[in-house]
Amino acid sequence: MVTIPAEPGTTIEKDPRLGSRPTQTIKIKDSRSYSAFRVFNGIAIIVICAVTLYPFLNIIAQSFSSEGYINAGQVNLIPRGFNVTTFEVVMSDSMFWRNYANTVIYTVVATAIAMVLTTCFAYALSKRHLKGRSFFIGLAVFTMFFNGGLIPNYVLINAMGFTNTIWAIVLPNAISVFNLLVMKAFFENFSQELEEAAEIDGLTTYGILWRIVIPLSKAVMATMILFYAVSFWNAWFQAFLYLDRRELYPVTVYLRNLLAGATGTEQMGGAAGEGTQIASNVQSVTMLLTTLPIICLYPFLQKYFVRGIMLGSVKA
Amino acid sequence: MSAIGVTEGSSQPALREAGVVPEFKDPNSTPKKKRRADRKGYAGTNNTNTWKHAFKTDWRLYTLLILPLLFLLVFRYLPMAGNVIAFRRFRPGSSIFGDEWVGMHYIEMFIQDPTFWRVFWNTIILGVLTLAICFPLPIVLALMFNELRSNKFKRIAQSISYLPHFMSIVIVAGMVLQLTSVNGTINQLISSLGGESMPFMQLPEWFRTIYVTSEVWQTVGWGTILYLAALTTIDPQLYEAARIDGANRWKQMWHVTIPGITPTMIVLLILNVGTFMAVGFEKVLLLYNPLIYETADIIATYVYRVGITSSNFSYAAAIGLFEALIGLVLILSANGIARKLGGNSLW
Repeated sequence: MVTIPAEPGTTIEKDPRLGSRPTQTIKIKDSRSYSAFRVFNGIAIIVICAVTLYPFLNIIAQSFSSEGYINAGQVNLIPRGFNVTTFEVVMSDSMFWRNYANTVIYTVVATAIAMVLTTCFAYALSKRHLKGRSFFIGLAVFTMFFNGGLIPNYVLINAMGFTNTIWAIVLPNAISVFNLLVMKAFFENFSQELEEAAEIDGLTTYGILWRIVIPLSKAVMATMILFYAVSFWNAWFQAFLYLDRRELYPVTVYLRNLLAGATGTEQMGGAAGEGTQIASNVQSVTMLLTTLPIICLYPFLQKYFVRGIMLGSVKA
Repeated sequence: MSAIGVTEGSSQPALREAGVVPEFKDPNSTPKKKRRADRKGYAGTNNTNTWKHAFKTDWRLYTLLILPLLFLLVFRYLPMAGNVIAFRRFRPGSSIFGDEWVGMHYIEMFIQDPTFWRVFWNTIILGVLTLAICFPLPIVLALMFNELRSNKFKRIAQSISYLPHFMSIVIVAGMVLQLTSVNGTINQLISSLGGESMPFMQLPEWFRTIYVTSEVWQTVGWGTILYLAALTTIDPQLYEAARIDGANRWKQMWHVTIPGITPTMIVLLILNVGTFMAVGFEKVLLLYNPLIYETADIIATYVYRVGITSSNFSYAAAIGLFEALIGLVLILSANGIARKLGGNSLW
């Protein structure tokens, strides 16, 4: 049996029984430069994390600060002139709540539609014997790399009469090909024996999908729901493009208009901000409230997203 | 089964050591004919392999396909066909495929349009900068995470670095606008160092820096995931072998770790190259303003203004089609090159 030299930086080096081995002399030198690197590495990671978190902390600090301190450029990490009146101001705007409710409705409806379509598509495509399967997969995958583009889409949605309706928001992005491939990969590994047994017991394809496959795929279903829900919650452009009545906006468009008003530039069209300077703390509070559900769900989101991405890295 | 399997990695070496699993198993060693026969095995004789037979046995599966295929047809392939308005005159209210042929009229129009060339070069510069900076950084960060010994610290650091990925682009734009504003943090830093504060979002020379920085902030942490997954699949025996051969940590990284994640790097590079013309349209639209069009205006935002704001649909469609075709050519050629070089292609 070959003795393997200790991995540098592990405790084995300090073991007196191994201390005098000839290979250790080189290793100790190696380990010194490596441990210097590890210290540097640890510090670098802490700095990266701090920089990543800073914009969030800044938003929170501004939310609780008074406008005077913000305009004087004195707010960074700690709130100055602590108050919660900005929250009261934003939350007393009925349009904010209306748009917030719209976001919830759009997210729920769009996610439901997307899940139905994606599940049906993925399940059918996961059956390797299905004739025409690779053609259908190709049809879906091609849209990842080539799409109609903004103008033809806009013309189409207008021609279908979807302008100022919920359908312009929930239908055009109902199938994400990435999610489809993740789900297909999952279904492909689903126990064939179980499905065959169900078939023998008299279940049809629909029955197998509805009563066997879906109940046993809760983890991947949850992952997909989160993928879709986050993307629909965060979306703004479809709504910005196809909705021009304020009471239909999702909260992201509400926020965009605040920001556009604040930059003092209204070139972007639409019902952009009224040209008035919107105070930074109002913007911050709106941002905070808009993203609050995501932050609250973050521990789950992260876990499921990472898992989903791993599944998705299965080669299409 | 998986290109980047995660969990299998740990048990395999042990089995290999015990001689259960042979050292090498080339999937291509089985003759092609035999594999094809295996795959077709269920079908039995040839006359069952017809569409008629397929519909008869699998009609329920095909009904599941109806709605998704209808979706693809209406919302993906119909707009592709709708690009024909780049060659036809389109008037609002007319058919989505336009009224009459005008040939290359709109193509010639944008080739002679100086603004088009400005936004074209802006797109290329922004795309190349983003690719050059945002592609390698996740690799570096993943290697840095990989060197952390404390699992708890590693987990916390990863969680923090993923956070920006979950934010709406509107929130990210809002943060950028606030941090770069005259009384924002960056100007606070500058003035505390004795400099003059600057209205960054009104200075064209700063836009690219700000854009790429925000892109780094938003994407690098999340970008490490696939590399970290690939790192866990590297066989620990390779490290042991390298140590026996006298390789130190740096040499191990160079000769074991990097080759181990190269396939992932190539696949992600192809994807990045293929999408680099589509650089953050939504983000630019949220961040830019007429004062910085000189550097900030890209093809997609120009298409948006020409088409949606000014209603020159055919002209905008022509430019959009041009951009989409470049994107397609880019991804096809990146994939082709990767296949020729190392066999790690997307398809």
